[in-house]
This record gives sequence, structure tokens and C-alpha cells, in this order.
Amino acid sequence: MRRTATRDLVRSPVTQIRMAEMQTSLTQNVTPITLDGEAVCAGFFGRTPVFALANGEAVIAQIGAVRRVRLHGENAAVLTAQCHHGRLVSGGDDGRVMELRPDGSVKMLADEKGKWIDALALRDDGATAWTVAKIVSARDARGEVKSFTAPSGVRGLCFMPKGYRLALAHYNGVSLWFPNTAAEPEGLVWRGSHLDVTISPDGKFAVTAMQENALHGWRIADRKDMRMTGYPSKTRSFSWSQDGKWLATSGAEACIIWPFDGKDGPMGRGPRECGVRSAKVTRVAFHPRALVLAAGYDDGWVMLCRISDGSELLVRKPEAEKAGAISALAWSDDGAKLAFGAEDGVAGLLDLPA
Amino acid sequence: MSDAASTKIPVTVLTGYLGAGKTTLLNRILSEQHGQRYAVIVNEFGEIGIDNDLVVGADEEVFEMNNGCICCTVRGDLIRIVEGLMKRKGQFDAIIVETTGLADPAPVAQTFFVDEDVQERSRLDAVVTVADAKWLSDRLKDAPEAKNQIAFADVIILNKTDLVNEAELREVEGRIRAINPYAKLHKTTRCQVPLDAVLGRNAFDLERILEIEPDFLDCGPDCDDPHHDHSHHGHDHHGHDHGHHHHHGHDHHGHDHGSNLKVYHDEEMQSVSIRLDGDLDPNKFMPWINDLVQREGPNILRSKGILAFKDDPKRFVFQGVHMILDGDSQREWKPGERRESKVVFIGRNLKEDELRKGVQSCAV
Repeated sequence: MRRTATRDLVRSPVTQIRMAEMQTSLTQNVTPITLDGEAVCAGFFGRTPVFALANGEAVIAQIGAVRRVRLHGENAAVLTAQCHHGRLVSGGDDGRVMELRPDGSVKMLADEKGKWIDALALRDDGATAWTVAKIVSARDARGEVKSFTAPSGVRGLCFMPKGYRLALAHYNGVSLWFPNTAAEPEGLVWRGSHLDVTISPDGKFAVTAMQENALHGWRIADRKDMRMTGYPSKTRSFSWSQDGKWLATSGAEACIIWPFDGKDGPMGRGPRECGVRSAKVTRVAFHPRALVLAAGYDDGWVMLCRISDGSELLVRKPEAEKAGAISALAWSDDGAKLAFGAEDGVAGLLDLPA
Repeated sequence: MSDAASTKIPVTVLTGYLGAGKTTLLNRILSEQHGQRYAVIVNEFGEIGIDNDLVVGADEEVFEMNNGCICCTVRGDLIRIVEGLMKRKGQFDAIIVETTGLADPAPVAQTFFVDEDVQERSRLDAVVTVADAKWLSDRLKDAPEAKNQIAFADVIILNKTDLVNEAELREVEGRIRAINPYAKLHKTTRCQVPLDAVLGRNAFDLERILEIEPDFLDCGPDCDDPHHDHSHHGHDHHGHDHGHHHHHGHDHHGHDHGSNLKVYHDEEMQSVSIRLDGDLDPNKFMPWINDLVQREGPNILRSKGILAFKDDPKRFVFQGVHMILDGDSQREWKPGERRESKVVFIGRNLKEDELRKGVQSCAV
């Protein structure tokens, strides 16, 4: 199988840089954490790992002083959650959008009366956006909420790096919406069902994961399309490198990393692959400072891959034969710690050796 | 059944034209004591009078897959909802999807074949269609949706039989059978039917494709299938104790099978059954069936087959929904069992001669 981004069906060989048999281990630097629930999202409050669980709880995992906080109603499940800049926000099947702060306080940001919250996005300044089927709502840092009804159900959304603007993924493309203007959103069109969306840190490219095991990209300035194909399953996790030049993706039996360094992005170029295993990558997270990628797999493994030489470090290899898939993965802002959580309620914290 | 298959959540799709009694059936399923916990995906909130923790509103967002298959439509909202429900793993045993009265069941069914994540976690159990005995004959004339729902069904609940007389009932039954002779048919009032006739049918399980015979022919007087084509009345004036074992021969209100059934031909929607003695050549049959569903897929709603392939000690079974085919080797042919192939199509404007010749041309 070959993965290439094509504009005019030009295919280039897959660049695969991998140092053979260089795998060493960081497993002794991992502190296990028991979540007692499927991890939906991992993040950090400073250097303390925090998790949102499917069962409606959050765990602030201060080592030796683990705190459990109920985010949603007794019977509600967390469908989606994000952790960013000192707050964790979750969306539940009780229709609530809840915000958790490092002191353990919980605030309700929205109550959609039992309708499912499908996706969330957080902005550095404290703004939050969420979707309920077709309806997207954006709540700015002052608490003012604006809503927009998309042409069809919105499966994914993210804030754009510049301006108070959101990218919304739906059927047949992406809408770029300014909540504070009445203008019709700008549309990026491509037929099909778009699931998650991400914008390159320089704001030049939009990339979506599609129903058909492929990514679709647009250069926003001129709407040039690009297709990134070759995945055996859907991509459900994206991560941009700190320099914005690489986009790492899940959905294959390796991390698939597309180059976005030139003005054409990955058009006509192949991706890099790292962390090749006979298990599917479920989560990816680039280190905030170095070109090192953390990858979580559907058999519960976690690895670090260095992009420059493809070398690999093992972080976790579950004892159990049938371990849950890694469902949450995040670095602390300083890059010293990596938190991971799995579907079977097992989690851990890696302290990188200084 | 493999471990993986048994841990998949069964999904029952409930269809039926407006006013046929879908909500009545749904309320029965949810209110009856059966020890099962259901997650229910509905289109209209508020219609359900039952307290059920897991009632999810859906939007019926149908979209076409980008896989070159023009009739391969799926329900995007369903993919999202099944994914969300899996955050509550262990809290429910089965999923029921209620569709609107005007819905085509195909996109719902196809969702369970096309989306790998949905397929990994759940399996389609059966398409159950509730039909109104009084109005169905009319709807079959003027509402293509009603016809689709009958053609697609694995189980048909012919409801409100108390509103028609015997002649009318025979007429509507004949019209149903003209379109779909294979579905299990239950005649009811107020949807009073044993729940195991509706749920846990495994209609899409290849392992369970044992015979494909018309429902009204495959039972003789000694029929021991308690769910076979019988009346289930909500009131006891016929002396049935419904919900228990029914058998033929107590026909004091005259629902004759086979012989007395009115025979109709539906101009638009039919079924074609092809039987062939001896073996088929898989190298001929596979390309033929793939090509057929590519060309005729939009017209073929359902297909099923049990095949004897040359040099293969096992039966090969397949089923299809429009252009999507799913097939596998099944059990071995038993000693003394006649090696024969049977293929059934239900669809619109089927070219019977062409289908028959096509299958015959694949004979060894």
C-alpha cells in the first residue's frame, strides 16, 4: 500500500526512515494511574495529569493525591473532551458542556437539554465551541454565545489560529465561520462525509479526516484540494509538530506524518512513517518542543518516535494480553511529561529523564 | 458464533409506514419484562411514553459513500450515535433503530456493512416492518416507501387485523407475499407479538442462513416453528394463548396458508428464486454476481444464496443489500444432502430470465 497526497495523481515513493532494532525502553519511567473508566481525553494542569472519563468523571492525577470530580449527571456519559491551557472541557450525552479548573471547581458552560454534544473546541483565551448535530455554538471568553446552523451534522470543529474563527467539518466540506459577524461562512467544498478537522498552525491549510479512510486537505488561499489516502481505517487523531511543518495522523499500523513545510504542503509528496508495528495507531501527540512523536496503539502500547532518524523508544507494553486501545495521549506544556489513558481504564504518566 | 460476533451489540431496525403501529410495538418492547436493556434511537422525541434512560434522537442524515457505488448510502448520524453509545458499553444489551414512516431501510442496513467501526461493535439483527392491515394495500399502490419497507423486511408485523375482514386480510397478505415471500409474517392487533419473534432474529448472520424458502411454504402440518406466520391477537376471543407455542390446525378463523393464499403479482417489486442442481463454478459465479450487483444494485434490494461450489466440501452462503455483498463458507454439506444452489433476489423490475440464465451459466 502506498500513501501519497495527490493533486494530479503524481505519486512519489514513501519515505520510510527507520533505524532497525534500535528500540529501547522508557517503561521504568512510567507511573501507572488507575482511572476506573474509559479515558476520553488526557491533558495537564501544569505538571499534573488530568483525564476525562466516559463515565462522566474527571481524574486529576496528582501522584499520591488522586482526585475524582464528577463532571456530568449521575447517569451521563462523556462523549467528547478537550484539555487546553489550564482547563478541561467535556461534552456529555446529558447535553451539558462542563469546564473543570485545576482547583477542582466545575462550571457548566452550556446546557443543551439532553441533546448530545458531538464535538468541542477550546481557544487559548477561554472561548469554547461545541456542536449539537447541525448547530454550532461559540461562547467567547466573556460568556457571550453565538450559534450557527450548518448545512448538515457537524462531526468536528476547531478554532483557527488567527482571529475568532472556527472551522466546522460536515458533509461535503468545511465551513469557516466568524461567530461575531453575520456573514455567511466561507466554504471549502469536497463531496463526502468529513469527520474531524484541523488547521495548520500557520493557518494556511485545512485538513479533514473522512469517512472513507482518507484525509482531505485544502490550501485555504486558493482552495486547492489534496487527497491523502492509503489508510486502512479512519484517522481519528491529528497532531501538528511544534514548527508546524509536520502533521502526524492515526489510522494506520504506523504513524503517518505528512510534510507541510513548503507552500504546496504534501501535494505530490509522500508521508513519513514511524512506529511501524502490526497494531493500529489510535492516538498521536507531537512533543511541544522537539520533533518527537508519541503514539498510542490499539493494543495498548505507547511509543516515542524521533522524526529525524526514526528511532523509537518504548513507553508502555501492557502485561495483559487483551489490553484496551490507547484513547487519550497528551504532553505537558514543558514537554517533560506524557500522559496516556486507555479504553480499559488504565493510564500512566511518563517522566522524561532529564 | 465467534467470540467477536457474540459480543457485538445486536441492532433491530424498526420500519413501517406512518400510523402502522411502530410506536406501539416500540412501547411494548420497552415496557415488557424481559430483562433486556435497550438503547433506542428515535426520530421524534416525545412519542415514546416510556422512561428509558437511553433514548437518542436521530436526524436521518443519509449520505452517499465515495466508493463509486451509487446506491451505497449510509446514515451518518447513526455512525455518530453508535460511536457515542459505546461510551456506555455494558449499560445496554441491544439497540433498536426506529425510522420515520417515509424512510428507506437500505441506508440504515448499509451503515452496518459499510462503516468498519460500527461493524466492529454492532451487528444488524433484523429489519422489522410494521404494516397496517387496513391501509397497506392502498399504500403499496401510491407510496414507494411502503413497498420498499415490505420488500426489505425480515419480519413483517401485519397489524390492526381487527379492522379488516377475512377477505381483506387475505388480499393484503397476498399483496405482501407478491413482494416478499421470505419474511416471517405475524398477524396482530396492537402489535401483540411475542418479542422473540421480533428481536434476536439473527437475520443477517451468515451462519444462520440455513434455508431460503418462502415463509408460507416451508412449514407443513407438523411445523414446529412457533413464530411461523400466525395470528397474534391482543384479545383472547379466538382462544389463542398468544405468546406461546402456536401450531397449524387450529385454524378456526381461517388464515389458510399456501393453498388458499391469494396470488398476486406486483408489477414493480418482485422476488425471484433460482434453484440449480449440482455444483457452481466459483470462478464464474463470483464475477457474475459482482457484475450483476454493480449494474442492477439500485434495483436489487435484498439478495441471499446458499451455494454448492465445485470441489468445496462446505456450503457457501452470501447475502446482499443493494450493491453490498457479504459472503462466507459455512458448514459442510452433510452426507446424503443434495448439493444444490439456491439464490433469491427481492427487487424492483427484476429481469427474471436474465437472472436465471446468469446463474445457470455458472453451472459446472
